[in-house]
Amino acid sequence: MPGSATIRVDRPGALTTVQDAGRPGLAHLGVPRAGALDPAAHRLANRLVGNPATAPVLETTLDGVALKLSEPSAAAVTAAVTGAVAPVRLDGRAVGCGVPVLMRPGQVLDVGRASAGVRCYVAVSGGFAVPVVLGSASADLLSGLGSPPLSAGQLLPLGPPAGPPAVIDVAPYSIPSGHIDLRVQLGPRDGWLSAAGLATLTGATFSVMPASNRIGLRLQGPPVGQSDHGELPSEGIVWGAVQLLPSGGLVIFLADHPTTGGYPVVAVVDPAGFGACAQAAPGTAVSFHPVPRGQAPA
Amino acid sequence: MRFFPVGASALLVELDHPDAVLGLHAEIERRRAQGWGPSLTDVVPAARTILLDGVADLDAVAGELSGWVIPAAVPPDGPIVEIPCSYAGADLATVAALWRVSEAEVARIHSGVAYRVAFCGFAPGFAYLSGLGEELAVPRRTSPRTAVPPGSVALASTYTGIYPRSSPGGWQLIGHTEAKIWDPDRQPPALLSPGTRVKFVDVT
Repeated sequence: MPGSATIRVDRPGALTTVQDAGRPGLAHLGVPRAGALDPAAHRLANRLVGNPATAPVLETTLDGVALKLSEPSAAAVTAAVTGAVAPVRLDGRAVGCGVPVLMRPGQVLDVGRASAGVRCYVAVSGGFAVPVVLGSASADLLSGLGSPPLSAGQLLPLGPPAGPPAVIDVAPYSIPSGHIDLRVQLGPRDGWLSAAGLATLTGATFSVMPASNRIGLRLQGPPVGQSDHGELPSEGIVWGAVQLLPSGGLVIFLADHPTTGGYPVVAVVDPAGFGACAQAAPGTAVSFHPVPRGQAPA
Repeated sequence: MRFFPVGASALLVELDHPDAVLGLHAEIERRRAQGWGPSLTDVVPAARTILLDGVADLDAVAGELSGWVIPAAVPPDGPIVEIPCSYAGADLATVAALWRVSEAEVARIHSGVAYRVAFCGFAPGFAYLSGLGEELAVPRRTSPRTAVPPGSVALASTYTGIYPRSSPGGWQLIGHTEAKIWDPDRQPPALLSPGTRVKFVDVT
């Protein structure tokens, strides 16, 4: 039986991290949730290569990654790239997104610059066997838990393959849009919005700022007016929370969000919109659509 | 007790006083240990609120919490974590001036108080310890430090905190401890979790 395979990082890209389903359940200790920002793309990539849905994958940022299957004695592996739309090449040959690809020892899988969206998910059969911290392999860029972002020349061990790859030629996926419509539920602190502020939040179009990251999407747009409430003691935050800053600016918190925060959360994005948030490049237009309680899709 | 929906599957419970947060949090954890709220993923106490995440039916849980009889005060039992502290922090003189006492007296007062972890946040394992009276509240530094040394014992408002690792911070540094506040390879990783009783031991 061949030894377990190893992936060599030829080109780490701007920011590539290992991500799985993160560390829910530890927020009371100040530990962020972390995990893949686009959960559906993460699960699809794993399904395509025959991994359990939450196995550790690579999450790239804008300019992809290049990986070489480096162990000469290892068997071939299956790889798949999902999420943002980007050119994917195996030894220079175009293979595309959303397809299981057989990768032989010595071959290089190159994920190029995203033409739509931000984050690609690269799954390899067996999953990336990096050290697990508090139940997760995920890098958490707020607290520094988990493995640091990939660096050139780094070796990533793979786990044993769990099952056969999916028997499909290509998986359908939606192309990230330049304008995202997010369903939100107002609150818990929508009472801190002025009447004009509520109208701005629900009527204006905002724009994703370049300073956005795995912690949150920072939005540019008309200032959202606040009624005078003084200071809010810090309180717990969830993924998707839309926080109103004293400046009138908005932040949509993503997976690496702080566990508590002292600015009012005026709305919460429905989880169905998390993928769109993860793929919103700087300049993407964002509008919020409040849905009454009980009408958000499951 | 006031309830605010946080999206479709989380509930924020707001209370009038930090002690009520401690009491309700202890009651929630007591009942969770007996199987209550199996769908909950996170229960996050904070200064005046408790966030329940992973709630299947917001109205049902709000109704249940409203009907609970919560002990008025947190029972003064349970283990005490002792934190050895050398009171020689960079802001000890500032705090002494704010309290209008000598630096030695700051150490005596601070190590004489019974603390409890009100909540955690800011960084993994960073606990907000309540216990100091309002008359001992201190402001944050006007200019935060870019790197506070790990193990720093620090004050802000009426809270005491201990920096688990080097990080930026604006709290007033009064001392230092060698206690390992956070170790992801330890079970549990956090030395101080919500509800834990804490005593500082002066080893200056």
